[in-house]
Amino acid sequence: MDFTFNEDQVALRDSVSRFLMNEAAPELLREIWETGGGRSRELRAKFAAQGMTGLSVPEAYGGVGLGDIDWALVLEELGYYAIPDSLVDTAYVATTLMCQVDEAAALREQWLPKVADGTARLSIEHPVNPYVADAHLANVVFAFRAGAGGALELHAVPGAGLQRSSLTSIDASRRLAALPQKLNASTRLLAGARAQAMADATLDRASVAVAGRLIGLAQRMLDLSVDHVAQRKQFGKPIGSFQAVKHHLADVMTKIEFARPVFYRAVLALQRDERHRAALVSHAKLACADAAWTAARKGIQVHGASGYTWEVDLQMFMKRAWVLDAAWGDRAFHKARLGEALVRDDAPLGPAATLS
Amino acid sequence: MDLDFTSQQQAFRAEVRAWLRDNVPKTPLASYDTREGFEQHRAWEAKLAEGGYSSVIWPKELGGRGSDLIEWLIFEEEYHAVDAPMRVNQNGILLLGPTLMEFGTDEQKARFLPRMARCDDMWAQGWSEPNAGSDMAAIASRAVRDGAEYVLNGQKTWSTRAVFANWLFGLFRSDPQSSRHQGLTYLLVPLDAVGITVRPIRALNGKQAFAEVFFDDVRVSVSNRIGEEGQGWNVAMATAGFERGLLLRSPARFQRTAKRLMELYRRHQQAADRDPSIRDGVLKAWMDSEAYNLASYHTVSRLAKGYRVGAEASTNKIFWSELDLQMHETAMRILGPRAELVDDPEVHDWLEGFLFAQAGPIYAGTNEIQRNIIAERVLGLPKS
Repeated sequence: MDFTFNEDQVALRDSVSRFLMNEAAPELLREIWETGGGRSRELRAKFAAQGMTGLSVPEAYGGVGLGDIDWALVLEELGYYAIPDSLVDTAYVATTLMCQVDEAAALREQWLPKVADGTARLSIEHPVNPYVADAHLANVVFAFRAGAGGALELHAVPGAGLQRSSLTSIDASRRLAALPQKLNASTRLLAGARAQAMADATLDRASVAVAGRLIGLAQRMLDLSVDHVAQRKQFGKPIGSFQAVKHHLADVMTKIEFARPVFYRAVLALQRDERHRAALVSHAKLACADAAWTAARKGIQVHGASGYTWEVDLQMFMKRAWVLDAAWGDRAFHKARLGEALVRDDAPLGPAATLS
Repeated sequence: MDLDFTSQQQAFRAEVRAWLRDNVPKTPLASYDTREGFEQHRAWEAKLAEGGYSSVIWPKELGGRGSDLIEWLIFEEEYHAVDAPMRVNQNGILLLGPTLMEFGTDEQKARFLPRMARCDDMWAQGWSEPNAGSDMAAIASRAVRDGAEYVLNGQKTWSTRAVFANWLFGLFRSDPQSSRHQGLTYLLVPLDAVGITVRPIRALNGKQAFAEVFFDDVRVSVSNRIGEEGQGWNVAMATAGFERGLLLRSPARFQRTAKRLMELYRRHQQAADRDPSIRDGVLKAWMDSEAYNLASYHTVSRLAKGYRVGAEASTNKIFWSELDLQMHETAMRILGPRAELVDDPEVHDWLEGFLFAQAGPIYAGTNEIQRNIIAERVLGLPKS
């Protein structure tokens, strides 16, 4: 029993954190927001140079073939720096999906080397999300859709020439689209039970990836808020010396402390493909969203009027937290799924039920 | 990241499970806030000590098992999984015990620890005073040195277990010129000493859960002093750290309650689902008790790797006390109009637990004090 990360995982986190601190400052993010596509080829190239695009790509295709647990701390950092890029969908969720589907062998040959070198982008359509993120620049869209008979199918659709209608998100880091195009057998990879199993696994992996970024966002909003209340003076002293303000931020800290281990547990459930995977993942998504929304609510409160401005950086992190809450299953979806798992007779209830 | 228990840990779990199966009383004990129930619990503590389980993390030579904290979590999981009796000597085992181990002389350790482990001595707390609650440094009870003795005068209050205990540990002002954290001395006082009056306080459940203790020229040997004269605050803070931290309330206890809450909900689901927020509360109970468990394994794993747990342990106290309230409030709402019937067998434990849960955010340092500690010592915000 060792519920901590190893030295390699911590070292990877530290190097990613140093890199993002220098290369992904809020000013740069604001510049990327203003561009038409909302994505930076230069930033993606830098991710590739850092090796981040190849984390899940097998060695044979130029990556390092790491797993879910290795991603965990990286996901928190990507949230902390609110990275506006489809790096996670491309290099983690869709890459893992491609590696787990036998029928995707040719796609792997074609695209995984480009994922690793930072020149390919992948995107995923899933019934739980009405809109698809980052379809506008995707080389391939992996689409889970109901087929003619109602059974789920997995398609790999070339991004070039794909019909899209773009939608504008309040979070300028999000680039969303609806994909109205009908699909046919020419792009189909899987159908039926195997497509459903992959859809479930992809949902869980993407949900965990959102949860990790939400906990990173919560930590960032807490740090920004602590900095603010230590600087800002009223009544002749820092507002952080007042109990009402302290208690807001202590509550955020408490939420984070008890959401982060839940996220780690879900990551393990994913990597080990455990029996109670769905319940543990939904728990993580709910707990991390709650922490992030609390950090946003308390964060803007202690920032006062400045927190309501475009100029102060807090807004970038709040918006990200607000919209990721409903990405890959809103709270109602995850709560319903958790509830169904917990009222079953084999539910993991009581002491020691969710360990090993 | 490795969630598998070692074969040694699995063997420990099996051993604890077998011992509990053979020894846990078949019928629930009476409340430890009654004389009859207190003696039953004392006998149970003695039996635990016989098995070496009164405190598994204590060293073997002091009646423990020399377990690490992961084994402690395993023990707690097994203990609560079978609804074994509530522990009655936590004041001694969790608060005074570690202080004695860190600051006591060899003579004091030998005199007090084995008897504490067997529950031959039952310990009461002597921290709070009428004018020293959250502001504990306002302690005014005096200890005046007279040769080889201290003479105590003053009053302690909210003294948990003092009604039936035979010893008290606490802080007394030994330097009359001192103020606040200086000039306090940590003393152990036999409650049968001449000049002591224990006046029980009736709690809102009608039972004598705590007491006032009056000191009128009580003479205590200098050999009952822990640490140096005037250093009591630092000695006590070491114990307060333990109290606020992980050990006071193990996650297994709350996981067990969350499970019982789910069972209660499923028995009454049709009525409960008239209010969808009840189901929400049942799920939240599971989520938060699991979160507390996972956070505990996370902390314990980090400790094993050499990290120190500091003021962030204050988040524990806030989290479990609010969780305990939330679970019992949800149970009361499921029980509806029956929830007030004290003799209803399905209600009884929930109602008792609901009342006790009201105290959680208050005792062991109010949650407001814990939030101040988090803000100042973890987040680094300035003192007010």
